[in-house]
Amino acid sequence: MTNPYVLATLFFYTASLALYIWNLREPSRVAGIGATACLLVALGLHYMALLERSRLIHAVPYDDLFGSLSLFAWLLAATYLVLEAIHRRQAVGPFVLPIVLIVFLLAHASEARPIKAPPAQGPLFAFHVTLNILAYSAFAISFVLSVIFLLQYRRLRDHKLGSVGWRFPPLDVLERMTRSSVLIGCGSLAAGMTAGFIWAHRLQGRYWDGDPKVIITILILAVYVGYTLLARTAAWRGARASALCIFNFMFVIFSYSIVNRYLSHFHRYF
Amino acid sequence: MEIVLIGLNHRTATVELRERVAFSVEQACEAADQLRSRGILEETLVLSTCNRSELYGVPRELATDSTGAVELFLASFHQLPAAELNRSLYRHRDRGAVHHLFRVAAGLDSMLLGEAEILGQVREAYRIALDHGATGPVLNRMFQGALEVGKRVRNETEIGTRPVSVAFAGVKLAERIFGRMDNHRALIVGAGATSEQVVRHLCDRGIKQLRVLNRTEEHAVDLAGRFGGEVIPWENLTAALEWPDLIVTSVSSAEPILTRAAIERAMARRGNRALLMIDLGVPRNVAAGVADLYNTYLYNIDDLTEIVEQNKKARESEIPRAEVIIEEQIEKFMHWQAGVETGAVLGDLRMKLTAEREVFLRERLSSMSSLSERDRAQVAALLEEFVDRVVLNPVERLRGIPELRRKLQNLESLRDFFHLDREKP
Repeated sequence: MTNPYVLATLFFYTASLALYIWNLREPSRVAGIGATACLLVALGLHYMALLERSRLIHAVPYDDLFGSLSLFAWLLAATYLVLEAIHRRQAVGPFVLPIVLIVFLLAHASEARPIKAPPAQGPLFAFHVTLNILAYSAFAISFVLSVIFLLQYRRLRDHKLGSVGWRFPPLDVLERMTRSSVLIGCGSLAAGMTAGFIWAHRLQGRYWDGDPKVIITILILAVYVGYTLLARTAAWRGARASALCIFNFMFVIFSYSIVNRYLSHFHRYF
Repeated sequence: MEIVLIGLNHRTATVELRERVAFSVEQACEAADQLRSRGILEETLVLSTCNRSELYGVPRELATDSTGAVELFLASFHQLPAAELNRSLYRHRDRGAVHHLFRVAAGLDSMLLGEAEILGQVREAYRIALDHGATGPVLNRMFQGALEVGKRVRNETEIGTRPVSVAFAGVKLAERIFGRMDNHRALIVGAGATSEQVVRHLCDRGIKQLRVLNRTEEHAVDLAGRFGGEVIPWENLTAALEWPDLIVTSVSSAEPILTRAAIERAMARRGNRALLMIDLGVPRNVAAGVADLYNTYLYNIDDLTEIVEQNKKARESEIPRAEVIIEEQIEKFMHWQAGVETGAVLGDLRMKLTAEREVFLRERLSSMSSLSERDRAQVAALLEEFVDRVVLNPVERLRGIPELRRKLQNLESLRDFFHLDREKP
């Protein structure tokens, strides 16, 4: 982990997390602006680190764990920033940034494999990978938001708001943020899968080859579409929908870990 | 450039005395005129609210007992025995007066810690005094600083964010669930004083859809009429439960008026949308079992009182952060004040030296007939440059002295030393 971009990114992600936590504990304009500013700088530096690698392999950085996780962390932070800008809520930052940091550290803890050109290249393939990882990032955000929703729901029901409970976004806003991020995720996943099918057809002459990764990805899309439909129904709205969203994210983790590592024929790190 | 403050507030005086010492807008202007015309104060500002009457001023002379003169004036203005009034007065000078005003503007000196209304009252008192021409550079700067303190304390601390009244706590809880209230609906069951407080807060938070029920319909009509709500007949209570996101109950009833079965049916009809019930009735108006229903939130008067107590403690814990802001702003003001004073004294000194130079040149050059006009002009220019150097160096030195009080004392010594007039800048 000697790349200056990586070290600087790590510094700014950490500073952003510290400021988000400070802002949650003792809200202040300086801490709030500082947290977002540090996150923006970190995203810029992280992008430079990814770009440097992309230039070397002439493709999106996905072909090893380093590239895949690093891109995931970047898209996670970027998706969060978009949601923060749309909903004007910073209280979620202290819960998203630790995931960004952990994923980023995991990606960079060991030296990256020697860089080599991946077997698959081209803009369509880049879209396929980037959109799918963006979808996973959006689902990760919806997971975090759902956890916060359930915590806040429990606090409100038990009349134990405490000091932090007054600073979390309202339940209604958390629900809407969750739905927004799931919609981003579903849209990205659908588009990413479409790009993948087209690319597979171009390469192999067929759209479908029965790869377990494709099957689990279709399943993930199905469970999140299911969430979107159920979240507004009488029986599921509120805490039950949030619990469902948390459950759905287990499929993403399964896909990203077990399926990538042991089951898929050629999907390795995305 | 002295600042004096005398006043009384809810801590030092009874409500009867506070009423007698209160100033109307006209009285505040009249008092300011009299204080200035009698030569007691050069700048004045009266801050009068239901909890305090305070008189801020800058004395015309560096009199030793300017506060005493203001006290006597206050007693005579309100036709009160001075001895009776003096027992309830507090007196602050210079930094102490600035500190007091900044604490007032921050809400630290209020009966309800961190309340926001006082900042508006300070702003209004300043506007009136400014429009009347009663303030000058010192009080203008001081009150502008106070408004900045109030704004900063509210923005940078949580001293005023958490609700400390039961009615407001209920409304803030609703915001924790629903976010903005303007597109949500409230049903008010009971039209008493407590309900009115909740409705007032709900309207302040932008709620537009309001329905009121009461056993005595005239009261419901009155409440709904004042806040733009709709009246529902008492008999339709059960049917009305489907409509709102927030139900506030405050009626006198031995048995709960909202049973678990009624709310359960309402929740089914409303598609399990979240429902907050604030039960302010004693005995309770909402059956306890309602709290177990999915997506319902039930708070009774005890729950809200506990939240209010927690919030009061939380506000108190913010005092040190507010004090830090106040100290920062006091330093800023004192530095400005020192700068003005320094400039005034050195301006006087420069004028004195310029006058001395003219006399000196006339006396000395008259005996030097060999000097041409050009030489005389050069000598005069050299002396002028010398005067500037003599004055400019002390300016820099005085600005560098860290302790403000000593700096001002040095300035007064400088006035004495050079026989400078005690005119104020």
